[in-house]
Amino acid sequence: MEDKKNFTISVYSENNIGLLNRISGIFLKRHINIESLNVSKSEIDEVSKFTIVVYTTEDWARKIVGQIEKQIEVIKAYYHTDEETIFQETALFKIASNLLFDERQIQNIIKDNHSTIVTVSPEFFVISKSGRREEIETMYQELKPYGIMQFVRSGRVAVTKTTMQISSILKEFQV
Amino acid sequence: MEVKTLKKEDSKTGKKIRISGAEAVIHCLLAEGIDTVYGYPGGAIMPIYDELYKFRGKLHHVLTRHEQGAAHAAQGYARVSGKVGVAMATSGPGATNLITGIADAQIDSTPMVCITGQVARHLLGSDAFQETDIVGISTPVTKWNYQITQASEIPEIIAKAFFIARSGRPGPVLIDITKNAQFEEFDFDYQKCTAIRSYNPFPKVDQTKVSEAAELINGAKKPMIVWGQGIILGKAEQELKAFIEKSGIPAAWTILGASAISSSHPLNVGMVGMHGNYAPNILTNECDVLIALGMRFDDRVTGDLDTYAKQAKVIHFEIDPSEINKNVHADVAVLGNVKETLAAILPQINQNSHQNWHDVFKEKYAIEFEKVIKDDIQPEKPGLTMGEVIEQINIASKHQAVVVTDVGQHQMIACRYAKFENSKSNITSGGLGTMGFALPAAIGAKMGAPERQVVAVIGDGGYQMTIQELGTIFQTNVPVKIVVLNNDFLGMVRQWQQLFFDKRYASTEMTNPDFITIAKGYHIEAKKVTKREDLKEAVEAMIASEDAFFLEVSVEKEDNVFPMIPTGASVSDIRLS
Repeated sequence: MEDKKNFTISVYSENNIGLLNRISGIFLKRHINIESLNVSKSEIDEVSKFTIVVYTTEDWARKIVGQIEKQIEVIKAYYHTDEETIFQETALFKIASNLLFDERQIQNIIKDNHSTIVTVSPEFFVISKSGRREEIETMYQELKPYGIMQFVRSGRVAVTKTTMQISSILKEFQV
Repeated sequence: MEVKTLKKEDSKTGKKIRISGAEAVIHCLLAEGIDTVYGYPGGAIMPIYDELYKFRGKLHHVLTRHEQGAAHAAQGYARVSGKVGVAMATSGPGATNLITGIADAQIDSTPMVCITGQVARHLLGSDAFQETDIVGISTPVTKWNYQITQASEIPEIIAKAFFIARSGRPGPVLIDITKNAQFEEFDFDYQKCTAIRSYNPFPKVDQTKVSEAAELINGAKKPMIVWGQGIILGKAEQELKAFIEKSGIPAAWTILGASAISSSHPLNVGMVGMHGNYAPNILTNECDVLIALGMRFDDRVTGDLDTYAKQAKVIHFEIDPSEINKNVHADVAVLGNVKETLAAILPQINQNSHQNWHDVFKEKYAIEFEKVIKDDIQPEKPGLTMGEVIEQINIASKHQAVVVTDVGQHQMIACRYAKFENSKSNITSGGLGTMGFALPAAIGAKMGAPERQVVAVIGDGGYQMTIQELGTIFQTNVPVKIVVLNNDFLGMVRQWQQLFFDKRYASTEMTNPDFITIAKGYHIEAKKVTKREDLKEAVEAMIASEDAFFLEVSVEKEDNVFPMIPTGASVSDIRLS
């Protein structure tokens, strides 16, 4: 059995209702869990980009990408390993405001982790931290003893080191 | 909801006409060349049915007795004619009843457009009467689907639906239309869809791959072809014939590929797969180059993948890129419509005959004939066999019939022994294995090819799954011939119980009704055969009949289908008994 690892699947598609359902169904059908999912605009006008992280074998990643590309509204899909991509996640921590003054260590955690304070109100303040999953996890563990009121982490966003030939595919269509 | 009266008036643009969404649906279907639709009315699709009434001289609507029947009839129509089949149903249960047929069309790549009614837009998501999320439900089993909520979307979406259904690797498309969109009036204008930027159904043929494939084929000592339905869907029968005749390569077929080349063609070496012929199955693991043409290496074809054709270089001609390396590794993948790719490779192929290699096939066939075929089609035991019934149909129809089969033992026997002279003659539920497929599919097949003799061969189990479609046959007078091979068992499951579950016949024995009386209740001429001496005459009477005809044949209760590759076994481990 081939080794499993993380693969980032990038899907360029039309922005249509129901496509997310169609794509997630492909993972469901093969009984593969989606580790993270992000949908956003892409570098091309009116083209959406799904960034999906799965933990699986390369053989399956390739087959899944084939099935995804087959969907009518998908323009192109790719898979890449962690080494082939630059990727990040973003987390938000909501923490009681009094801790900022009572627990001086919190300010050091914010500084050491290169995170930023997004907002401060009399009751709470919010820290934003972008980075790799492990970095966010480290910060979470550091803040946990002081009490985290709310925590959320985004799906992975990634760009690849090599080019994705999506623009030329679209140009070819227009010819 | 207020019903607006239909008003046609020239719109501001001059050439467009102002019509309701429901009428627009009909104009779209007519513009796509559709002459027959299958369906069942209900609340949420009534405006479209109202237009079907007005257009009944131009567009023939066939009322089936169940929406599943409508879907299978549309499939039968599509498979025999090469055109897109159309099925219609109302929202909720009407729509969900289509699903089995849609799933069947998806896995067997059948071009079909299903139109379902939906509750009005303002009711969506409110659990309204007969509301169901059919777009959500049908997503995994459609090539594409879409919900229309305003009339102005209708022309563009229906044009897209037909383009998607019939292009590339064909498949089913479902369009769900809310009731308000059917009532709304708008300025109608229809333009056929010819391209979608995110969809590339016509892969460009890579000439280097063609040359690589040709080189492998020319160097091969023991090459073998397995062709699939891609040949029929790609209308590449002539190209296939030219290719095998020039190369001299033994050519076998999957059940969906059956009939693309005449059964009597000397290079046709039979069927591959679980109940396929001995020679092509066992020699799959002896050939040096395996050439797959428009097929997808289904598990019923390959058996155990770890021991499938490992010694061979595999060349895969295929239109769907996601099929390449999905189940079997391709040493050379030639993407594209086989009609184009086979035409491209033909001039690069050396003339050959592979006589010694053909002799190996003949030896293996002789073994199969002795151990299996002889007793199937020329039995000496008292009980009737399914094989001899198929053989009688071959003789009486002079190999000209379209044979529509259901699922189970009779299907495998029919696919093994039916003789075909013309393409698109074997209509069966291959991938999904849908019992209940044959009777409604035969109705569609006869309407799609009225000039052809259509014989449905069905088991006693599957027949009762859609037996109500006898009503459709009665109402439309469609002259379908129905043969029920009755062994009072769910025969294939019983065979597995016998072979793999120590003969524990759990829920496979059937207490059947009097099928003759049922057929007569629908005023369909009916005959029952229980003895060999009556078979020939009864089959001849059925074939000669100008009307629908029902023939029940009582066959041996516990016959088995052989050869057989048990599930998960290697093609080399094919059993002859």
